[in-house]
Amino acid sequence: MEPIQIPPVDLKLLAPLLIVVGWATALLLIDTFLIPAGQKKITGYLALAGMLVAALAGIPLWNVGGSTFSGMIVLDPFSLTMTWIFLLTGALSVAMALDYLPRHGIEQGEFYPLMMFAVAGMIVMAQGTDMIVLFLGVEALSITLYILTGFAYPRQASEEAAMKYLVLGAFAAGFFVYGIALIYGATGTTSLAGIAAAMSQPAFLAEGRTLMLAGSGMVLIAFSFKAALAPFHMWTPDVYEGSPTPVAAFMSVGTKGAALAALLRILTLALAPMHAFWLPVLVALAAVTMVVGNLGAFAQTNVKRMLAYSSVGHAGYILMGIMVASERGTQAFLFYMVSYALTNLGAFAVLIALEQRGEAAWSLDDFSGLYQRRPWLAIAMTVFMFSLAGVPPTAGFIAKFYVFTAAYEGGLGGLALVGVITSAIAAFFYLRVVLRMFMQEPVRDLRPELGDGLTVDIIVAGVLTLLIGLLPTPVVVLVERSLVVLGG
Amino acid sequence: MVPTSYYILLSAALFMIGVLGVLVRRNALVVFMSVELMLNAANLALVAFARQRLSVDGQVIVFFVITVAAAEVAVGLALLVSIFKSKQTADIDEVSSLKG
Repeated sequence: MEPIQIPPVDLKLLAPLLIVVGWATALLLIDTFLIPAGQKKITGYLALAGMLVAALAGIPLWNVGGSTFSGMIVLDPFSLTMTWIFLLTGALSVAMALDYLPRHGIEQGEFYPLMMFAVAGMIVMAQGTDMIVLFLGVEALSITLYILTGFAYPRQASEEAAMKYLVLGAFAAGFFVYGIALIYGATGTTSLAGIAAAMSQPAFLAEGRTLMLAGSGMVLIAFSFKAALAPFHMWTPDVYEGSPTPVAAFMSVGTKGAALAALLRILTLALAPMHAFWLPVLVALAAVTMVVGNLGAFAQTNVKRMLAYSSVGHAGYILMGIMVASERGTQAFLFYMVSYALTNLGAFAVLIALEQRGEAAWSLDDFSGLYQRRPWLAIAMTVFMFSLAGVPPTAGFIAKFYVFTAAYEGGLGGLALVGVITSAIAAFFYLRVVLRMFMQEPVRDLRPELGDGLTVDIIVAGVLTLLIGLLPTPVVVLVERSLVVLGG
Repeated sequence: MVPTSYYILLSAALFMIGVLGVLVRRNALVVFMSVELMLNAANLALVAFARQRLSVDGQVIVFFVITVAAAEVAVGLALLVSIFKSKQTADIDEVSSLKG
């Protein structure tokens, strides 16, 4: 029997991922044995430090690039930029949780390592170039998120949200695995580049094409569930409402970003030969998502649910950048992710400041007259709402402009038009919040509480949202260099 | 030797039963079992294709799927126990304070 050949492994390419996973594992032990109950904030600070180190470890890798694990994992500027976005998302969410968890009496140290594991899952999804690696990334992310969603147990809403998320997530995982099986049957491989290569061979038969169509359709459904694209978005409002708010914030940015980044890689690498077939489907999906998300948000008086629906709508805009499968589309996707991450996390942070223990203070009424009580909080929320609506001079405006231009240049003028119209609808419900804050008297006595974590969060998110809106050049330069490396 | 297409038809049937089970059945335990059926249908397809192509890749993937499925069910059952403690039911229709 010949000895098993172990493929060369270059762990350097995985540095940020390994740091996050290693640190999270160590942190679980440190938290259990060294950090006394009541002092669990220390765990949170350590988690923040870990993510900072991981982000810094990525910097020297910028010009390295390459693939390892027999081409299953790739490090390219695209995955590195996504890694930074995920670490930023994770860090801002952990900072929110530092204030949120004690206030709601659910402070347990495991929360922070779990967040880090979820971030690790997202990084795997950005770096994976093999269906199996993507599957493992999706599941590492999802399973930790099921736990985090139910973290506020025995609060019933939290348990219920976790159950719903788990059932639908597992359902989507079933589709994903079956899709992988069919694609494997059609092409004999699970590597993204290998799939495209197998399809372009002359021996690729009609039978293989049928399997491939069914398989890629199922994979698409699975990712639509994860990224909450309509009509697979039904779980989103319930799960966001029920889960602890920092987790909802984290999901609304992280899961979406990771699922769409993986989808981008699948579309540009594996399904490139079928681009003409899938493009109309994706166009329809994006259009429906934008319409359903924004109309759904329109009808909400609960701000947390409104943000959930708005995140569905934003997934539609982000999808627009992905489907054109051009360099410009990838840039638009990354730019949108950066600005959306900052804006949405900031908006959720303001929501947490208004949320008090034992009650769901997410009604529009709670925002009434906020300017009189907390002027800076109201101004920050205005920045976030303007950015989500795409009003200049915020990051959201540039991001929408970028995506619409990419779609238009990719020959999807009609879709860009749908995007513009739905943005106009969206402006109504975002600005409604702003009007309430400035023009109305407070309806009831509510004392917003701002701890250190939330303050830092809101300042960082608010300042960056404005700064990117006014001076987009550094981010544009970053995303222009963050191309997906083909092959590998 | 049984042709591969038979295995694929069987796995497709199992997958559909799983999908219907998730959509129709209301008991959370049965829903979990249906999800398992979906994943195992995929496993069957993977193994069948692997035999047809005489490559081990498909069989290796199955191990990953089994591992992930076990992790998923572990979390699911923990959640179910916690819900059962507070609501005394495993019926997912009765757990609906949130309205989509």
